[in-house]
Amino acid sequence: MASSGSGYDLSSSTFSPDGRIFQVEYASKAVENAGTALGLKCSNGVVLCVEKPLLNKMLLTNSSRRIHSIDKHSGVAITGFVSDGRQIVNRAREECSNYEETYGTKIPTKVLGDRLASYVHYFTLHGSLRPFGTAALIASYDPETKDHALQMIEPSGVSYQYYACAAGKGRQPARTELEKLNINKPDKAENINVREGVKQLARIIHLLHEDGKDKPFELEMSWLCEESGWEHKGVPRDFIKEAVDWAKKDILETEEYESDEDEEMED
Amino acid sequence: MNYMNQQPQPYAQQAYQHDGKSAETRNLKPGELSTGTTIMAIPFKNGVVLGADSRVSTGTYVANRVSDKVAQLHDHIWCCRSGSAADTQALTDYVRHYLSQLAIETGRVPTVKTAAHLMRRLCYENKDKLMAGVIIGGWDPVEKGSVYNIPLGGTCIKMPFALGGSGSTYIYGLVDSLYKEGMGEEETKLLVKKAISHAMARDGSSGGIIRTVVVTEAGNEREYIPGNELPFGP
Repeated sequence: MASSGSGYDLSSSTFSPDGRIFQVEYASKAVENAGTALGLKCSNGVVLCVEKPLLNKMLLTNSSRRIHSIDKHSGVAITGFVSDGRQIVNRAREECSNYEETYGTKIPTKVLGDRLASYVHYFTLHGSLRPFGTAALIASYDPETKDHALQMIEPSGVSYQYYACAAGKGRQPARTELEKLNINKPDKAENINVREGVKQLARIIHLLHEDGKDKPFELEMSWLCEESGWEHKGVPRDFIKEAVDWAKKDILETEEYESDEDEEMED
Repeated sequence: MNYMNQQPQPYAQQAYQHDGKSAETRNLKPGELSTGTTIMAIPFKNGVVLGADSRVSTGTYVANRVSDKVAQLHDHIWCCRSGSAADTQALTDYVRHYLSQLAIETGRVPTVKTAAHLMRRLCYENKDKLMAGVIIGGWDPVEKGSVYNIPLGGTCIKMPFALGGSGSTYIYGLVDSLYKEGMGEEETKLLVKKAISHAMARDGSSGGIIRTVVVTEAGNEREYIPGNELPFGP
């Protein structure tokens, strides 16, 4: 990978002549090399999902989490450098607890996102600090407005609210797949619900994963919905299994259908 | 001191060593103003009625007989002040500042609960240095009309109606017997005015005029009743 940094990429506090800060872009590259993380804002909740490559056969499954709760009503999924991610999670927990202690209410999603974005951005300004090599997907519920939201914070310190977002290795094809889902219909009743969302995210992860090329992986999923009492919880394991089974079946059926089509065209 | 020669003082004598000053006056620093007062707030269906007397005293001298003890913290959040005038003014200024900053950061109307929480934190963390009892009342889209009582020491309790100040002790019975749940705006206003008049009649540190603020979603309505038109009085 040839980069045209050439001297302007040695420090976060240096602009390049064409107005870029290379260190921040390199941080984004670090995220792009890591497992895919997906977030989906459904009609009745938010689902987070991370593909965790199993680097070592000796790893105990379900240890080394990528999805963390930062308060009862919010959770974060991280991808990229896991250790950098831990820093962001800890800061998010502090923000939530400080806000509640000062103002007596749960921190609104936008405020949490803005504060974490400012925090991440701070590390892109100093010559002596390096940017975070992590993207954080925040799922949060606001009990005052009764609204749920999904936000993503990138290493550059920008944060946006999304209907669906993806980060990591498979984010480009994931985004294409996510756009096909019913997530932003004008008639809100048509939008996908959490149960369907869990299945679709499982399907997308399995679709993107190439068995030959990529390492075996573990799927970590969490949701924040009516069913979970608007608390950030892990999706029940048997439901994940059900979703994965459905996903594999669906992928096979789609492949057969496509190969049938191809066969017909050969005539 | 020679402890052998000291006579044990009779209990009655000990009780008078404060020279007849009220509990509030004793705790003030020399020359400090007290809003020894009567304040109350009652929520009704669509909002809250806050009321207060207007006497500010230093000892027996009435420093201000028409003071305004109902302060605005935000568009629809108000606060009744009692105790040291300086302390409560400083507290209201701080909370007003924090609330306006919060409104900008969150982009939404701050709730009465948040205002009460902020006030309570200040009162509790500085309880040694402050003498302030406040009642926060207002309207917000989440809880509609609500009232929080923050007495000396810094407790914060949400209440169906709240009384405060030195004069409140004389009217607890009256308000308990007259208060009903689900009253309308006019009924609540009458109750507030009546109760404060009764307190002003019996409490030396309360008097002057009655100031009321009615807070609803639509806005705030300030009123005052001059001292010669009180519902009950000398």
